[in-house]
Amino acid sequence: MNEMPLHMLPFLPFLIAGLLVVFTQNTFLRSAILLAAPLIGAYMIWQTRNVVPLQAEILNYNLTPFKTDKLSVLFGYLFCIATVIAVMFSLHIKDKIQNSMGIIYAGSALGAVFAGDLLSLFLFWEIMTVSSVFLVWASNTESAIRSGQRYLIIQIASGLLLLAGALMQLNDTGSLAFTQMGVTSTAGIVILIAFGIKAAFPFMHNWVTDSYPAATPTGAVFLCAFTTKVAVYTLARGYAGTEILIYIGAVMVLFPIFYAVIENDMRRVLSYSMINQIGFMVCGIGIGTELAINGAVGTAFNHVIYKGLLFMSMGAVLHMTGKIKASELGGLYKTMPITTILCIIGAASISAVPLFSGFVSKGMIVTAAIKEDLDIIWLCLLFASAGVFHHAGIKIPYFAFFGHDSGIRAADPPKHMLFAMGIAAAICILIGLQPHLLYNLLPYDVEYVAYDVTHVMTQMQLLFFAGLAFAWLNITKLEPHDMPSTNIDVEWLYRRAMPCTIKGGLSIIIPAYKATTRFILGILDKIVIGNLVRHHGEHGVLSRAWPIGSMVLWVAVLLCLYIVMYHV
Amino acid sequence: MTKKKIYIFDKPENVKRVLFGLYLLCAALLIADFILERYSYHEWEKIPAFYALFGFTAYVIIVASAALLRKLVMRPEEYYEPPNSKTKARKKT
Repeated sequence: MNEMPLHMLPFLPFLIAGLLVVFTQNTFLRSAILLAAPLIGAYMIWQTRNVVPLQAEILNYNLTPFKTDKLSVLFGYLFCIATVIAVMFSLHIKDKIQNSMGIIYAGSALGAVFAGDLLSLFLFWEIMTVSSVFLVWASNTESAIRSGQRYLIIQIASGLLLLAGALMQLNDTGSLAFTQMGVTSTAGIVILIAFGIKAAFPFMHNWVTDSYPAATPTGAVFLCAFTTKVAVYTLARGYAGTEILIYIGAVMVLFPIFYAVIENDMRRVLSYSMINQIGFMVCGIGIGTELAINGAVGTAFNHVIYKGLLFMSMGAVLHMTGKIKASELGGLYKTMPITTILCIIGAASISAVPLFSGFVSKGMIVTAAIKEDLDIIWLCLLFASAGVFHHAGIKIPYFAFFGHDSGIRAADPPKHMLFAMGIAAAICILIGLQPHLLYNLLPYDVEYVAYDVTHVMTQMQLLFFAGLAFAWLNITKLEPHDMPSTNIDVEWLYRRAMPCTIKGGLSIIIPAYKATTRFILGILDKIVIGNLVRHHGEHGVLSRAWPIGSMVLWVAVLLCLYIVMYHV
Repeated sequence: MTKKKIYIFDKPENVKRVLFGLYLLCAALLIADFILERYSYHEWEKIPAFYALFGFTAYVIIVASAALLRKLVMRPEEYYEPPNSKTKARKKT
């Protein structure tokens, strides 16, 4: 075990690149800097994977800004891969703020997974928040700016809860170390809520479906990779085996399915799908066995790649056609064949079709649930698997690229976008074919065999009979149509109910306030002003003569006082 | 001669081929369930073709309940924000 050299902190190249690109005019050089950062970062993670934690003492507090173990290293590599893909996808972006904020966001996510104490974690957490909101604002529409503001408020609330929880923890235990916490202490509960906001727990989930569809086509690819996965990482480190997470996860896998079916905005469908996928991971973390944790972490790894691929394919559609509503798309396979194929690979991966990446990780969570006799949870997960196949496996590719012909004849996106999607698709297939590449990175030894007759056959039956149901419903026209609509969710409370209540309240309070002040001023006018006018006014007793006598009297009094004070 | 290009799924017979392939695959999976030996952890898994039935039923339930959900939560597109707020977008790449 070696000491940690300070210049090898893996997030440094990201932050330096973020600063450099702002001052780089040459487009080629800027692209080179942006691509170099994650590669150097990955090299640094590899070099420092066995070093002792970096300790620092600041204001008498023992901090651990860098601590590495198998879990951190896996997320570290993952974030480097995700950054390479996202940067590659956005090479055409000339906006330096977007370039800079994207890479700083990725770097701070990397910093967060190597943070060994809660204060360092909080610091990276907040840099992530502030840098990522620019990716939403970069869309430059009024609705995106408002969406970004809501995102910022919710994310900062999460950060403040984390800080509050960290200070409570310090008060209770005298340590800020980020280790297994559980929900036995108040600090543990407060920090769980902080993580829960970022992990899109039910009732705290709408920031995902609100801001990700509002981001730029490239910004969404960055956003979908980091914030929620850092949350999954923190849950895996701090709350593995916490029972309540099983039930939270079960709710998370179920309710977004129904919203995803009726949602019209394709990137919002993917956002709901993301909550469903995180539900699988949260459930696995809650179960807490070695198999379940491996499943959760492995799913997180695969999810970043295939969800990135799906967000990229929809980003490519948006970039080329300017449209993202299911009701306005369709038939794009005719002129975007490569994007179609890449999107289908992403869809097959997320649906856990054998030979694709989702299959080798999601099965672990489902098997862990059934092995722990969690029957209901097992059924929920199975049900959700059919749901994933519906909205991500069928709806996304079918409504965008097939379905009714929209008449749009947009070409495939530029080469760098296709290349980025190609890398992601290649990783999906590679992990699907060679699962040990992923299994070797997982925190525990893997005994799970993905490719046995039972796993392959049962999963194929589940998926293809769901596909059969789709074919039947589609032929009989029972499949729900895509409709231009807004579907209200929990966000209704803060986007509609609260503003309406406040407006309604103000419409009562303001007239009441005016009436009250008028009444009080009326009384003041009569009593105070009236009396003043009576005594000091034109014909008042006190204004009959110049008050010289009284002034002389007061000067005399003051002089007396002065003399007394001087001698005392 | 029309300039309109005919693409692969513009021909109904190609769509039929895809559907036929799906039916065939489902039939094969169903038959395989009775031939191949699979292990099970739960009693229900022992039901013949349990996963096939589950997949089909789950899908239909999801679609049916989503239609009900739509009645409950669907609002016009400009429910939260007036439509003009989106048209002010300045295209930026």
